[in-house]
Amino acid sequence: MTSHADAAIRVEDLRKTFGDLVALDGVSMTAPTGKVLGLLGPNGAGKTTLVRVVTTLLQPDSGQAWINGIDVVRDPQRARMSFGLAGQYPAVDENLTGFENLEMVGRLYRLSRRGARDRAHELLDRFDLSDAGDRTAKTYSGGMRRRLDLAASIVSDAPILLLDEPTTGLDPRTRMGLWEHIRELVDSGVTVLLTTQYLEEADELADRIVVIDHGRIIAEGTSTQLKAQIGGDVIQLQFHQSDQLNRAAGVLDRVGAADPQVDESELTLKLPTGDAVSDLMATVRLLDTHDIKPDDLRIRKPSLDDVFMTLTGQPADAFDDNGDSTGSSQNQTAGAAD
Amino acid sequence: MSDQALKRPISQPRDRQPDLTSTWRVSWVISDTIVMTKRNLMKYIRLPQLLVFSTIQPVMFVLLFAFVFGGAIDTPGVDYINFLIPGILIQSVVFGSSQTSVGLADDLNKGMIDRYRSLPMTRGAVMAGRTLADSIRNTFVVFLMLGVGTAIGFRYQDGLLKALAAVALVVLFGYAFSWIAAFIGLLTRNPEIAGVAGFIWVFPLVFASSVFVPVETMPSWLQAFAEVQPISATADTVRALMLGTPVEKLWYMLAWMAAILAVFIPLSVWKYRRLT
Repeated sequence: MTSHADAAIRVEDLRKTFGDLVALDGVSMTAPTGKVLGLLGPNGAGKTTLVRVVTTLLQPDSGQAWINGIDVVRDPQRARMSFGLAGQYPAVDENLTGFENLEMVGRLYRLSRRGARDRAHELLDRFDLSDAGDRTAKTYSGGMRRRLDLAASIVSDAPILLLDEPTTGLDPRTRMGLWEHIRELVDSGVTVLLTTQYLEEADELADRIVVIDHGRIIAEGTSTQLKAQIGGDVIQLQFHQSDQLNRAAGVLDRVGAADPQVDESELTLKLPTGDAVSDLMATVRLLDTHDIKPDDLRIRKPSLDDVFMTLTGQPADAFDDNGDSTGSSQNQTAGAAD
Repeated sequence: MSDQALKRPISQPRDRQPDLTSTWRVSWVISDTIVMTKRNLMKYIRLPQLLVFSTIQPVMFVLLFAFVFGGAIDTPGVDYINFLIPGILIQSVVFGSSQTSVGLADDLNKGMIDRYRSLPMTRGAVMAGRTLADSIRNTFVVFLMLGVGTAIGFRYQDGLLKALAAVALVVLFGYAFSWIAAFIGLLTRNPEIAGVAGFIWVFPLVFASSVFVPVETMPSWLQAFAEVQPISATADTVRALMLGTPVEKLWYMLAWMAAILAVFIPLSVWKYRRLT
């Protein structure tokens, strides 16, 4: 209980309720130093609550949390020197310029006047915002605001960075640009705790993934380990007409390790299989006999999407019902399946 | 400032890791408060319309009371315009305090407060910076109102020094009120709600006071309320200083101010620390 030198973040049996809602239901986990830990879960799973407890913004009902070995409940002011936080929505003052935003944060981190100015310029440069540095943040695009927010979170060069859904609401291209910036930070040795509801994002960035649902950790491991949990491969067929899709589902009823999973909106059919070669041959034979020709047919390793389906009993797509800024998660989960 | 800084080379030795043992050093409280005050004032520089429109309402009140209601209000021994202006200065800073509620609620709503709370800054600096910035705006508004008042016939009667002392009291009183407003802003969390909530409670206080009319004309139960509440005490004191009549309620009004600050500074800081 006394030495947490190898863990950048460690929480033990954290509990937090808001009225009837159990946000954290006994969460214990560690984020190893120098790695990226992805905290993956749907909206309302407890991801943000966990981040808020670790970053001293919220008092837990019970349990303990250390960041950089410092108890966040007992010594919050010292803990605040150890991390940077980029919250779910960019905390950018719209009436200040990009430069002034960073300078302000630098001053509040107790950098000298000169130090805060130099750091602001350095960060604007690093996040490709130099040209916009003298414009008020009001004029910034969503991607630029995120970059400015990310820059603000590393002003103090803290060893630990917490990113709460850093790319929510961004278009795919901007998202990938932001990933590049996050990777650069990781390469420079920063420990990152990243929450996301995008399976693809966790897959891309995280060394280890913790899957959280209803305030509990339901799985933990590398992306490969998690995928291995559901075992075997997936045969995936793509159609362009739903009558073809449904006929194929009927024909292939007996093939594979489980019932075919039909996705009407994507017009895909997935067959979990323990013996990919035999099942693929059977699939092709049956389709040929019934004169059904899919647009695409492939064997693939299971995606985190499939893992989610297995772990929570609901597809990841269903998760964006109660979110207010998750408009593009549909695209994301679709894109994650390859 | 930013132009000059732009020319600097980008990588220079920085003085990061400050001495944590002295987190509570007074100089840091001051430094954080200045940073926050500056940040809040920038809003008026970037959005000058905001300042223009926030001064229109007080000016309308001056004109409304001077020319519409004024003729019907009897103020024995003093011109109504001279009676009105000291009171309306107080009305404007008290109404203006709702901006403190709105500003803080807006910061909460947009996640700025989360950022500040995650920084190792002093806990009260966010509210101190907000209330100070609002007091600086109040000072501007008060002098503007004095200008408008003078243009339509107001004259202070007992020397510039006493008039300035009166202005200082008005601004100080506005400062105390903006700490109540800060607490309301932290409670409501939503700028729209804060705009209404920060305004509604001051309405009866301002109108059931000696701001616009002598309290003697009120029914006795209301008069009792108007006599004890802080806005009347402040209006009477400011008016006495400006018109050269005996100053009777100075200590009473200062005691009210001290009491408001003594209750609402700790209450706001407590609420700020315990925000969720």
